[in-house]
Amino acid sequence: MNQEKIGVYVCHCGTNIAGVVDVEHVAKWAAEKLGRQGVIVARDYKFMCSSLGQELIEKDIKELGLTRVVVAACSPHLHEKTFRTAAKNAGLNPYLVELASIREQVSWVHTDKAVATEKSKAVIAGAVSRVIENRALEEIKVPINPNTLVVGGGIAGIQAALEIANAGFHVYLVEREPSIGGHMAQFDKTFPTLDCSACILTPRMVEAGTHPNITLMTWSEVTNVAGYVGNFHVTVKKKARFINEELCTGCGICEEKCPKKVIDDVFEAGLGYRKAVYAPFAQAVPKFPVMDKENCTYFLKGTCKACEKFCPTGAIDFKQEDQLVHFDVGNIILATGYDLFDARRVSNYGYGRLPNVFTSLEFERLSNAAGPTNGNIVLRDGKSTPKSVGIIHCVGSRDKNFNNYCSVICCMQGLKFAHLVHERTGATVYNFYIDMRTAYKAYDEFYQRVLEEGTLFVRGKVAEVTNAARDEREKGKLIIQVEDTLAGKQRRIPVDMVILSSGLQPRRDSKEVGKQFGISCSTDGWFTEKHPKLDPVATMTEGIYIAGCAQGPKDIPSSVAQGAAASARVLDKILQKEVTLEPIKASINAEKCSGCRICNGLCPFNAIAYIEDDNVSNINPALCQGCGTCVAACPAGAISGTGFSDEQIMAQIDGLLLRTLEGV
Amino acid sequence: MDNNTFEPTIIGFTCNWCSYRAADLAGTARMKYAPNVRLVRLMCSGRLDPTFVLRALAQGADGVMITGCHPGECHYLEQNYKALRRFLLLKRVLAGLGIEAGRVKLVWASAAEGAKFAAETTAFVEEIRKLGPLAWGKDEGGRMKDEESENSSFIIHPSSFEKEVTP
Repeated sequence: MNQEKIGVYVCHCGTNIAGVVDVEHVAKWAAEKLGRQGVIVARDYKFMCSSLGQELIEKDIKELGLTRVVVAACSPHLHEKTFRTAAKNAGLNPYLVELASIREQVSWVHTDKAVATEKSKAVIAGAVSRVIENRALEEIKVPINPNTLVVGGGIAGIQAALEIANAGFHVYLVEREPSIGGHMAQFDKTFPTLDCSACILTPRMVEAGTHPNITLMTWSEVTNVAGYVGNFHVTVKKKARFINEELCTGCGICEEKCPKKVIDDVFEAGLGYRKAVYAPFAQAVPKFPVMDKENCTYFLKGTCKACEKFCPTGAIDFKQEDQLVHFDVGNIILATGYDLFDARRVSNYGYGRLPNVFTSLEFERLSNAAGPTNGNIVLRDGKSTPKSVGIIHCVGSRDKNFNNYCSVICCMQGLKFAHLVHERTGATVYNFYIDMRTAYKAYDEFYQRVLEEGTLFVRGKVAEVTNAARDEREKGKLIIQVEDTLAGKQRRIPVDMVILSSGLQPRRDSKEVGKQFGISCSTDGWFTEKHPKLDPVATMTEGIYIAGCAQGPKDIPSSVAQGAAASARVLDKILQKEVTLEPIKASINAEKCSGCRICNGLCPFNAIAYIEDDNVSNINPALCQGCGTCVAACPAGAISGTGFSDEQIMAQIDGLLLRTLEGV
Repeated sequence: MDNNTFEPTIIGFTCNWCSYRAADLAGTARMKYAPNVRLVRLMCSGRLDPTFVLRALAQGADGVMITGCHPGECHYLEQNYKALRRFLLLKRVLAGLGIEAGRVKLVWASAAEGAKFAAETTAFVEEIRKLGPLAWGKDEGGRMKDEESENSSFIIHPSSFEKEVTP
């Protein structure tokens, strides 16, 4: 018999538990049979989580001098904090409270009352055995660096950076392309209001570029992140622009004089040219161009330097090198965006083979007044206007061959294209859709508008786009073969132009980026949020937040909302000035450590370091995330883990099986 | 006792982030599954010391279910792979001890897979029912022998068990 005084509290949860488990009997049993374990009081109550229920526990702690508490109720994920706080209020260390989940694990999943009652006893016995081994723990508090890193300068990242900067805190905004703006800068119009994308985005870009609290680093990538919430050490590689930013005025003469034309497959989606020294678009922020070393004649052949000759300020610097910049931040927001689904993968739609099949991004550039055709919607020959256009939805999305998920924006994007084609060319427009998804404010109204404009809608997944004509009518056209599932028949529809409303995909390097920042990705590759409903911008790693399409496909308003939401979470952290960490940590007993270093390679957070002089390993508690893998691996039993110690777990196993052993 | 009336006792290890939440979800969604499993929550399947499994079997469990996040989805990045390594090695150790490898099962369940958790649990109970009771530490009638004298020999210190394979 141990010295602890344990109280067991069995919750009815209304009838949620009491409807299946005989709670009164369980409480009585605990008081009688677990006395040997140290249980001195066991009570049942209608709602333990109510203030009266909590007071009951607090009163017993004070009056009976309880040293341990077991609450048999719901999942610890729901009310562990509630009961820990109650214990704390009564002067008991919160980590001496243990929850036994008899609702999620018993009453809600089993129907046989006798069996459920018996299982509840076992679960409680496990918790009682475990709680004896619990140790009082203190929460760990660390100060927070008020600076923030935002990775990705699309609209979500810009929004997040501006919110934090406007609140008076410093932000490092890192973007890997030469300019911020992201995909939104490539678009022509935005649905459903048809605002000009550049008109609403450019002011935000300028604000971010000139804000005194924002250090903007474009043409840069984060190469290393170390540390933990409140204290991240970041290394950013500033790729050489070969432009001296101090001297450059952004006049654009270098770009004008550069003789080398390169196909721009990033910003212009392969439809236009840029120079070897270039700013990706007229409103680029920052205004400094970058030199593309791969294509620059000087770097390839050793002569040219036209840009240098004409630069009025002498800002061209062919000797510039990549530069590593180090700084510290307290919080990080990842807004790294998406990649467009590669439509070549759907080979039956002919993209890349049939010239007049376009992707959505190509069409955005085609219809953009600042794009390669000055906004004229023309075929690949550069001059003919299409008389009929087919827009195919769900390309690469909702398709078990590619991506199962819905890319969210493609329906509205397809409708927007239909409107633009109709407005600018008067062509007949067909939309081929599986389901029309126009949720959110003013979206369905836009659908109605496009319907009224006379766009034709065919419900069915397109089987094939081909140029193999069967008759005169189809000659020289692209024929869309589709099953019209509303009319119940196969159709062949000849058109001049096909636009593939391609889906969104995670960035091709999202898994590596996730790993670099210590967050996980879903099987698809989107960053995983802490809770899909209640915590959509936080991640499982404290201090790392996500916003925009990096978290999953979404439209511009949602990306902006998430950017703002993530910044609010960061500001909340900054204003708290210090952060409380769960005291679930591993530590090494140097006396027992043989210096074998087995644990060193097991820690993905680099928390374990080997100290050569002493021939022992040591765990940095600030970096330790508390998974316990090293605890389980140490062959000498030198590593112990608070909150989930060997003793606690072994005792719980014994407790859970106690009834088998004693045959009670 | 024949295998039809035999009710196995199973200890399930869950990780805090995925499989325990799958069990929570099974509860919230009122999915029904076999009541033979009793869960132990760990922070991560990587915390699973194989001696926990041996302890459970020694103390009267007929089977042990180890659960964790899907590969690639570990909250601690990759620690479930370490659980997988230990699981594979543990099965060989169990075979060496004369225990059917099928008494230990590894299940990946994400926080969204309450249905999978419930189905795998029920299926495992049936598998163990077929294997029959584990006679470790029990006399022929299936009752436990005096635990003080008998079970002490089954308490294995972590240091006596080599658990880590270098990849």
